[in-house]
Amino acid sequence: MAEKSMREALRMAMDEEMARDKNIILLGEEVAQYNGAYKVSQGLLDKYGPERVIDTPISEEGFTGVGVGAAMAGLRPIVEWMTFNFALMAIDQIYSNASKMRYMSGGQFGVPAVFRGPNGPAEYLAAQHSQALQSIYAHVPGLKVVSPSTPYDAKGMLKSAIRDDNPVIFMEAELMYGWKGEVPDKEYLIPFGEAAVKQKGNDVTLLGFSKPMSVILEAAGELTKEGINAEVIDLRSLRPLDEHSIYASVRKTNRCVIIDEAWPFASVGSHIGWLISKNCFDFLDAPVELVSSEDVPMPYNHTLELAAQPSAEKIIRAARRTLYRE
Amino acid sequence: MALSRKKNKESNKRLSLKLFRTMLLIRRFEERASQMYGIRKIGGFCHLYIGQEAVAAGSITSLDLTKDYVVSAYRDHGQALACGLSPDELMAELFGKKTGCSKGKGGSMHFFSAEKHMLGGNGIVGSQIPVATGVALKLKYKKEPGVVLCFFGDGAIHQGAFHESLNLAKIWDLPIVYICENNQYGMGTDFKRVSSVTELSITSSAYGIAGEQVDGMDVMKVYDAVSRKTATARNDHVPGFLEIKTYRYKGHSMSDPATYRTKEEVAAYKEQDPILLLKVQMIKNREITEEKYKKLDNEIKEICRNAVSFAEGSEEPLVESLYKDIIA
Repeated sequence: MAEKSMREALRMAMDEEMARDKNIILLGEEVAQYNGAYKVSQGLLDKYGPERVIDTPISEEGFTGVGVGAAMAGLRPIVEWMTFNFALMAIDQIYSNASKMRYMSGGQFGVPAVFRGPNGPAEYLAAQHSQALQSIYAHVPGLKVVSPSTPYDAKGMLKSAIRDDNPVIFMEAELMYGWKGEVPDKEYLIPFGEAAVKQKGNDVTLLGFSKPMSVILEAAGELTKEGINAEVIDLRSLRPLDEHSIYASVRKTNRCVIIDEAWPFASVGSHIGWLISKNCFDFLDAPVELVSSEDVPMPYNHTLELAAQPSAEKIIRAARRTLYRE
Repeated sequence: MALSRKKNKESNKRLSLKLFRTMLLIRRFEERASQMYGIRKIGGFCHLYIGQEAVAAGSITSLDLTKDYVVSAYRDHGQALACGLSPDELMAELFGKKTGCSKGKGGSMHFFSAEKHMLGGNGIVGSQIPVATGVALKLKYKKEPGVVLCFFGDGAIHQGAFHESLNLAKIWDLPIVYICENNQYGMGTDFKRVSSVTELSITSSAYGIAGEQVDGMDVMKVYDAVSRKTATARNDHVPGFLEIKTYRYKGHSMSDPATYRTKEEVAAYKEQDPILLLKVQMIKNREITEEKYKKLDNEIKEICRNAVSFAEGSEEPLVESLYKDIIA
């Protein structure tokens, strides 16, 4: 199987889907002539032309709403935000229109669009450009919210997102675009709402998604050396959430550490903590731990910015706490 | 089918009658809605369209809604009626019944009809303007001959969504006509107090889109101006902008007594009532008689009474529908 980078995997997904369905268009900042701010859409303009790969001005609210309207009228737009940080300008279009159009119209109008781009902490970018914003999207009914952690998942999940009849928020970790992994050329789809068990274990469940999966797996490796066998689960999709896999694992290990690089207050991670406390209460041998971003804006200084994020060390210590070893 | 205005007496008469009937239907429907709100059959926000009828009727009558689209804002009753949604399904929607045009999930601000190409109804000021622009992008991409009419009030002019959308429509040559219904008050605020320019029609010129001001109390002037703009948008792929000056007789919503304006001001506008003006014109042109008018008015009042009966007699949505139509 060929090794591909995350950005290549995402590009393959868009390319294959655009070849399949002429109703799919891509629009956003720098997607066409510049070949993508992060080179995800490289070559797509040449292949599909300016009618389908459309550069927009820096006006997130405007072009995001254009994606909503075009989807209501029958197209299947992929809207690329240069980053989720800038997509805050477009939050009304997502919160007020994309997520609720089907409901408000009594089921008459859906919004089959994908809103995608880089999310999460990066490096040396300071408070406005380096943050994980999944919690605000996962909060709203009517959206699907997904965030892959490997190039293989990225391709299969983006293809599923494009074919989905609902608005899908597709979050790519900014630092992952160059990460490589095996991606088959053959057609495959990864359905939403199915978590992946990355490592089997019996002592503690480590739950996460997106970029932190790499530090989670690193932590799991270290824990093994201490004789702690962690079960590692990649949620992949936050809405729908694979509650079944979460509960099955926690009921087996009786201990859980949730890793979410967003802030801890009212986050996906804190919500899952509540779900576990409610549905696995009798199985828990220790309080559920949450390793989140520190509750601070992202600092510029590298030492400080690393200290603000989940790390293998923080995860190891949280896992030990669930086993009363620390 | 849209009616065309030719130098033909019969077709002019047909057009006048169609416009007159649509305006009268909107007026009588809104009067009923107001009554029903008063006795709490209708709740929430209810923004009435009384006084502005010429804008919806004059604009939408010029469209062919098998090809064209309408996108509106929270004051959407008039546009929905002009698009041909039935008074029954609209009144039922106001009553929150499952026979409503949005199955009771939308209410006053969220009238929709896929069949009639009415894409809302939107409760956030200016939020529908980019959406309408996206519908126009679809028309262009699919090389379809339609045009989009996007309605909003003078309050929306200051939103970024308006400015971003006009820029996009111009750089992409989209078939869309933006219609600012300047009823002169953004809720309780006189637009002149909060607008850097009071001729709102010039705001589009910064984006290379020619704007035009139209007397919104004269339905024929509205019809002609919109017809011209839609023809340009369709044929020459140039977006258009109209500031249609109008006036709402009622407050911003049913909860607003509108004490921020004088009785004299309202009375002056009522003298140039769009329905009255057209009626005088039609009588002069021998297109209608007082007797025929009475008959038509009674018919329409009956339709609106029946709409209330229909809404009252309709069932509540099942509680199980709470979780329906969130995700496909």
